[in-house]
Amino acid sequence: MSTQPNSFRSQPDERGHFGIFGGRFVAETLMPLVLDLEREYRAAQSDPAFAAEFDDLLTHYVGRPSPLYYAERLTEELRKDAPAGKGAQIWFKRDELNHTGAHKINNCIGQILLARRMGKTRIIAETGAGQHGVATATVCARFGLPCVIYMGARDMERQQPNVFRMKLLGAEVIGVESGARTLKDAMNEALRDWVANVHDTFYIIGTAAGPHPYPELVRDFQSVIGKEARAQLLERTGRLPDLLVAAIGGGSNAIGLFHPFLDDPSVRMLGVEAAGHGLDKEHAASLAGGAPGILHGNRTYLLQDEDGQIDEAHSISAGLDYPGIGPEHAWLRDVGRVEYTSATDKEALDAFQLLCRTEGIIPALEPSHAIAAVTKVAREMDRDAIIVVNLCGRGDKDIFTVAEALGTQI
Amino acid sequence: MTRFANAFAKPHASLVTFVTAGDGDTAAVLDALVAGGADVIELGMPFTDPMADGPAIQAANLRSFAAGTTTADILAIAKGFRARHADIPLVLMGYANPMTVRGADWFAAACKDSGVDGVICVDIPFEEDDSLGPALRAAGVDQIRLATPTTDAARLPAVLDGAGGFLYYVSVAGITGLQQAAQASIEEAVARLRNQTDLPIAVGFGVRTPEQAAQIARVADGVVVGSALVELVAQHGADAPRHIETFTRSLAAAIHGAKEIAA
Repeated sequence: MSTQPNSFRSQPDERGHFGIFGGRFVAETLMPLVLDLEREYRAAQSDPAFAAEFDDLLTHYVGRPSPLYYAERLTEELRKDAPAGKGAQIWFKRDELNHTGAHKINNCIGQILLARRMGKTRIIAETGAGQHGVATATVCARFGLPCVIYMGARDMERQQPNVFRMKLLGAEVIGVESGARTLKDAMNEALRDWVANVHDTFYIIGTAAGPHPYPELVRDFQSVIGKEARAQLLERTGRLPDLLVAAIGGGSNAIGLFHPFLDDPSVRMLGVEAAGHGLDKEHAASLAGGAPGILHGNRTYLLQDEDGQIDEAHSISAGLDYPGIGPEHAWLRDVGRVEYTSATDKEALDAFQLLCRTEGIIPALEPSHAIAAVTKVAREMDRDAIIVVNLCGRGDKDIFTVAEALGTQI
Repeated sequence: MTRFANAFAKPHASLVTFVTAGDGDTAAVLDALVAGGADVIELGMPFTDPMADGPAIQAANLRSFAAGTTTADILAIAKGFRARHADIPLVLMGYANPMTVRGADWFAAACKDSGVDGVICVDIPFEEDDSLGPALRAAGVDQIRLATPTTDAARLPAVLDGAGGFLYYVSVAGITGLQQAAQASIEEAVARLRNQTDLPIAVGFGVRTPEQAAQIARVADGVVVGSALVELVAQHGADAPRHIETFTRSLAAAIHGAKEIAA
């Protein structure tokens, strides 16, 4: 790290850059719209009525604040084979208890309120695991706006329950057959729709990526996670956590948990990418195995070849199956404020089952990657240390994938 | 005079043609375009994630990748074209990541070395110009900018600042190869752009027939045809150059013969 900024919480700059990352790499057709969105977001930020409506919906519709839960049995389980005096306390920020079952709804509430301010009458979104698609379809039903969700055809196969939920909520789900038929391809198709329908359409991007101001506004809407966790832990224990852990695909749940703590120097942070079959094989860990490049509106770490062609990602978790990462994570990695590691499909499956058995919680495969990392680091930390893990989604949607991976017929 | 200036100095509008590099026998396809009367050649650099392209060019990219096309191959195609055709302007068109992955300076130098006159990068608006524009200008490669129906009067001067070669007016808000803009909207837009720039103005997106091309040629300095040509490559495979030449000839005749009206 060459220079230490005064604050890690003052990004991005006025051009939407996080260091060399981020920016607005979109077609000229979209540029005026992206600038409109930024103007409207700045107006909303200084409008107490916007914050009041957002907070009200989070409280009464989403069910916030989500609990902060001490996972005592998991903590004890990991202490069994930890060295003497080791085995940190594990706490869960339980965003899987939100309405719709994941953290995605926090951002969708914020963005649909922006869409309404801008007078947009049609909503589009991309989805990987389907959690963002379900959350978008939910807020569209709530506000009576038509909704089109783009989803990779392969993801539709492995996330059928969520496809059906979106349809029940009134959304049109369009299967995308291009590329590897996963999240990246769904995002391409959503961008094509947007560029052809700029006059009436609002694109609710599901992760903290895309052209500025999306990475910033998604982070801000998701920061409710970290703000609550900070206040809850201070109230319960009188102290800050020693370590925050969250899974990373695009990175919205992680940045939502991390951001409010970035200027607390005693708090370490660990983002967990999806290592798929292994970092030397097919995976989705763009920080571990990628290089800086430009895709989907921003400069960030990407899985790509020497010609800048984007590689297909692989993860058992559809929500992490993306060859890029939000630009703020790319910056936080390069300045050294946040550490990043990865967990394989196999490790995530093991963690998934461990959590089912020790805590009676069926987690989504996405946070199962975070749990997998915790099983390693908790054993190395002192017993009085506190780890807060973002349990960002519940696993109902994943039971078919898990059954298949375990060789079980349902 | 630059090749662009020559190409647009003719007493009639120019035909600007787009094909995807590495899709079929590109050298033969490019020769067929020239033989058919194309005035400017745009060579598409395939990208895995062509967000601004419709089904025809997406499919062309996939065919090109299936054939194993690399950036080195594309530059070799350009170099070969320049050796065979000294005077026809050649443009590389594509997306930011393949153009900048080795550094903008590397790409600009490679363009210059391969006889490329201009570059169109779809996803670098002027706000991010420092990612590519300065390197191109330093190498003497024109940066062809895109103006769209959403480019308002406030943005236009910045779009034009640093632009070279010609101005590409994207006549519809959308992706390549699908709907076509109403003629009236094109005429209004070209007139608006002409008040702001001396660059030649070429109009594209959704132009598929000689009749449409002739209409646009009455007001614009150039007409861009892409997806319709790319579809011929898909349809005819090894036999494509012959069909491309015939179709190009019909486009060129319509555009070169169009009667100019004051825009």
